[in-house]
Amino acid sequence: MSRIPLPYNPKIMDLFRNPKNLGKMEDATVIAVAGNPACGDMITFYLKIDDTKQTIEKAQFESYGCAANIATSSIVTEMIKGLTIEQAWNNITWQKVTEEIGGLPSVKFHCGVLAVGALKRALRQYFTQKNIAAPSWLPHELTFEEKQALEEEELAKTLSKKQKPEAET
Amino acid sequence: MAENVKELLKLHEGLTHEVYLDNENSSIVPLEVLEAMQPYWNKKAYGNPTLTHKPGWEAFETIMNCFGKISTYIGAKNLEELTFTPGETEANNLAIQAAAFLQKDHGKKIIISEIEPISVLQVAELLSKFGFTTTKIPVNSDGFINLEKLKEAIDKDTILVSMASVNNEIGTIQPIKEAVDIVKDKNPQTLFHTDASDAYGRIPLNVQNLGVDLATLSSFKIQGPRGMGALYVKGDLNLHRILEGSIGTQRLWPGIENTPLIVGFTKASELAFENFEANTTKMRTLRDKLVEGIFTELSNLRLNGPKDNKRSPDNANISILRAEGEALTIELSLSGVYVSSGSACSRRLLQPSHVLIAIGRIFEEAHGSILMKTTRYHTEDDISYVLSVLPTAVNRIRGIVGSTGVH
Repeated sequence: MSRIPLPYNPKIMDLFRNPKNLGKMEDATVIAVAGNPACGDMITFYLKIDDTKQTIEKAQFESYGCAANIATSSIVTEMIKGLTIEQAWNNITWQKVTEEIGGLPSVKFHCGVLAVGALKRALRQYFTQKNIAAPSWLPHELTFEEKQALEEEELAKTLSKKQKPEAET
Repeated sequence: MAENVKELLKLHEGLTHEVYLDNENSSIVPLEVLEAMQPYWNKKAYGNPTLTHKPGWEAFETIMNCFGKISTYIGAKNLEELTFTPGETEANNLAIQAAAFLQKDHGKKIIISEIEPISVLQVAELLSKFGFTTTKIPVNSDGFINLEKLKEAIDKDTILVSMASVNNEIGTIQPIKEAVDIVKDKNPQTLFHTDASDAYGRIPLNVQNLGVDLATLSSFKIQGPRGMGALYVKGDLNLHRILEGSIGTQRLWPGIENTPLIVGFTKASELAFENFEANTTKMRTLRDKLVEGIFTELSNLRLNGPKDNKRSPDNANISILRAEGEALTIELSLSGVYVSSGSACSRRLLQPSHVLIAIGRIFEEAHGSILMKTTRYHTEDDISYVLSVLPTAVNRIRGIVGSTGVH
C-alpha cells in the first residue's frame, strides 16, 4: 500500500469532480486505449477528426484509474480540441500536460505519460485506419509516452501470468 | 503542497455528517480515553518511574497497574511478561528480531504466512540479509493458513513462526492454537509469535491457552492513543532488547515510559473488555448492516475474507469492480466517509494489497477494494449515512470508467 501523501491541487480536484469531455463518443473517427486494469490505470480516447482539415473537432475520454489519471485524461481532451493532428502530435507531451494541470505528485507522473501515450496511439491509428501514408513529421519509432504505455501493458501481462489462477480452497 | 492541502480541506467544508471507518490506519481517541489520560500530563505521575521522588513513584505505581490490567486481559501469567512499545510496528520488530537473535545458534529458518502485516514481512526480509531465511506459508481463498503446509515446513532449523491471530485486512480469524500445537509438536524449540493487534478486543484471546511465546498488541486498534502498543513475552524466554539506552521499568524497551499513553491504552482496553460481549456484538451488527447494505445497493462486488463467525466482528473488505480504489477514497472523503483501499495506484511499485493477491483476487479486484472497520463508537445513524452516500460515489466513479476495458 502506497503511503505517499497525495495533496492534489485544485485543478486536478476540479477535473476529478467535474471531468470535461467525459463519455463514449458514438461517431468517433478513432478510438484508442492505453493501460490495463491490472495496473489500476486505463484510458480510452475518442477523437472526431475532420478528414479534409486534418483537425481534431472533438475529443472525449473514459478512464479507469485514480484522480490524477482522470484529471490528466480530461485535460488532454481540452488541450487538443481544434488542433491539427500535426500540432497535437508535436505540442502535447507529458511534461506539457503536467504543467497545464498545475503539477502532479511525482508518483503520479505516469498518469500524464499514459494519457499522452493513449493520445499518440490514437493519432497514429488515424493514418493506419484511414489507410493514408504516414506524414513525414510522424516518426516511425514510438515516442517515450507510447513506449511507456506499452511497457505498462507488458507488465500487466506478466503480473497476470504470475498470479496463481485460483487460490486453493 | 501545503497550499494544495488547504484547498483540499476547503472542499470538505459544510459536511453534515462524518464517519471514520479507516480504523486500520489510525483511529479517533474517544473522550472517555482522553479524560483518563488528561491528569497524567501535568497533575500526577508525570515523573520518570525509576526515580526517587513523588511524581516518579506515582508513575511507577500507575504503570504497574496498567501492566497488571493488560496482562489480565490477555491471560498472561504475570505483569512482567508485558513490555510497552511505541506501537504494533515496534512490538513486531522487537519480537521477531530478538527471537531470531536469541535462537541464531539453533537454526536460521523463520516461517510466516503470505498475509502477515508489513512490519512482520519486512522484518523477516531484513533478517534474510543477516543469514536467516524466510518461508511463507500460503493461505486459502478466505485467508486461512494452510496447516498442512505449515506442518511440512517445520524442521530442526526452524527457530520462529510468526502468524497474526486476525488478519488486519480481511479479518480472517486464524486457528492459532492448532498452528501452535503443530509447530511445538514437530519442534518444541521453535518459538511462536502472533501479531494479535486485530484480535485484541475483538475475539477472545488468552496467550496461555494459545501457547504462544510472543504476542503483539496495538493501542489505536482498540481506540486508544496512537504511539502505544505492547509485546507479550512468555516468562522463561530470555530475549535481548533490540534498542539500547537507559533501562527503566522495562528490560526490553529502553527510554522513559510514556505514562499518559500507557494509561490511555489501558483505559481503552478496560472499555473494550468490561463489556466485551456487548461491544463485539455492536461492531458485528453495524458491520453486517454496512456490508449487507452495500451488497443490496450495488452489484459487481466481492467480499474479501470469510463470511461467518470466522471473521473478526469489525472487518469489512469489499472489492468494487469497475471502480478504482484511490478515486473512491477521495470521492467518499468529499462526502465525509473515510475509508482506505488496497489499490496500488503507483506505477512501478504496482503492488496492490499483498493480502488480496494471496487469497487469489485478480489485480483489478485488489485495486478496487475498500477496507472499513466498525468500532463500538459507531452508531446505526453512521452506517445509514455511509449507505446513503456510498452507492452514489461508486456509481459516479463507475460512470467515468464507462466502457473502458470492456472492448
